[in-house]
Amino acid sequence: MTELITEVLINNGLLFAFLFVGVIMLVSFWLTRHLFRGLIPGVALAILIGLGLAFLGGNKGIADFPLFAGMALLGGSMLRDFAVVATAMGADLDKIRHAGPAGAVALLTGVLLSFVLGVTIAWGLGYHDPVSLATIGAGACTYIVGPVTGTALGASSEVMAISIATGVVKTIATTVLTPLIARRVGLDNPHSALVFGGLLGTTSGVAAGLAATDPKLVPYGALTATFYTGLGCLLCPSVLYLALLWLSGW
Amino acid sequence: MTIYGVALLAFCFLAGKVTGTLLGAAIGINGDVGGVGFAMLLLIFLNAWLKRRGWLDGPTTAGILFWSSMYIPIIVAMAAVQNATAALSGGWLALIAGVAVTVAGLSLVPLLSRIGRPPAPQPPGP
Repeated sequence: MTELITEVLINNGLLFAFLFVGVIMLVSFWLTRHLFRGLIPGVALAILIGLGLAFLGGNKGIADFPLFAGMALLGGSMLRDFAVVATAMGADLDKIRHAGPAGAVALLTGVLLSFVLGVTIAWGLGYHDPVSLATIGAGACTYIVGPVTGTALGASSEVMAISIATGVVKTIATTVLTPLIARRVGLDNPHSALVFGGLLGTTSGVAAGLAATDPKLVPYGALTATFYTGLGCLLCPSVLYLALLWLSGW
Repeated sequence: MTIYGVALLAFCFLAGKVTGTLLGAAIGINGDVGGVGFAMLLLIFLNAWLKRRGWLDGPTTAGILFWSSMYIPIIVAMAAVQNATAALSGGWLALIAGVAVTVAGLSLVPLLSRIGRPPAPQPPGP
């Protein structure tokens, strides 16, 4: 009997995911109201529970279990991007136009800053060849820029793994830290949300971090973050790698 | 009708993705550059244009707003399918670099937010 029920749930994976996420939301909103007395936003707690569940599984998080395979569809890039685009309905074009230049500067600064910082830390921890340094620096941009750069430059699989891991850590750190320090860095208006999206650039992290901070800011952050990975894939294996070669040869 | 709204949203999404992919190919990247961003701008423009003509009724808007409100549950599901174990497998280097980059990025938000700040209405920057 249990087997039959499990089979029904697996065969209707997406619908089970709706139910499962609904329960997570219900539990976290109940907990924030009654246990934490509004200290943590309900959305932030729900995202944290989601992240916690991800640690139970493997490289697809909880979706590694057949019962929860539908979560990969619900939380996959297709539906995520679809919903992100829908949030643009609440966005104000004037505010975007005002923050345009700041957003562009933030994008460029974000990629450069991540690359330089990633390279410096990798250097400090014992990696000295330009290919490995560039791959880890690219991973500090996002977990897509890392392997794209590593593949282009022919990095070792060990370095690739570190590079991807760096990007994943950045996504998780952005998700968790953003709501905690949003107020301190003035992240409470569309203008700074656009800058934030360009500086951090991890679409998942920016989306989740802003959702936990203030859902009204999501479209602005997502708008700039969506250009980040492309810009990183463009700059890291080319200009930034050449700059690194030049520096190490000097 | 509700489906008009969902279809409009799907149109913007796909048009944006195609634009992003073509842009990616044009600059030599095998991927999507800013597809979601183009889709969002397209939706904002179409929404304003259709509203002005009075072609956007309640149910149509509701079709878009439904997906907008599904955004947070989708993010929760996305968090649950992250490759969290990979974050730990990269060792100290990945942990230190990932957190350092995030903190550095966040700390620059107030500085760069000063560029073209809105309260003083002025033409968009140079």
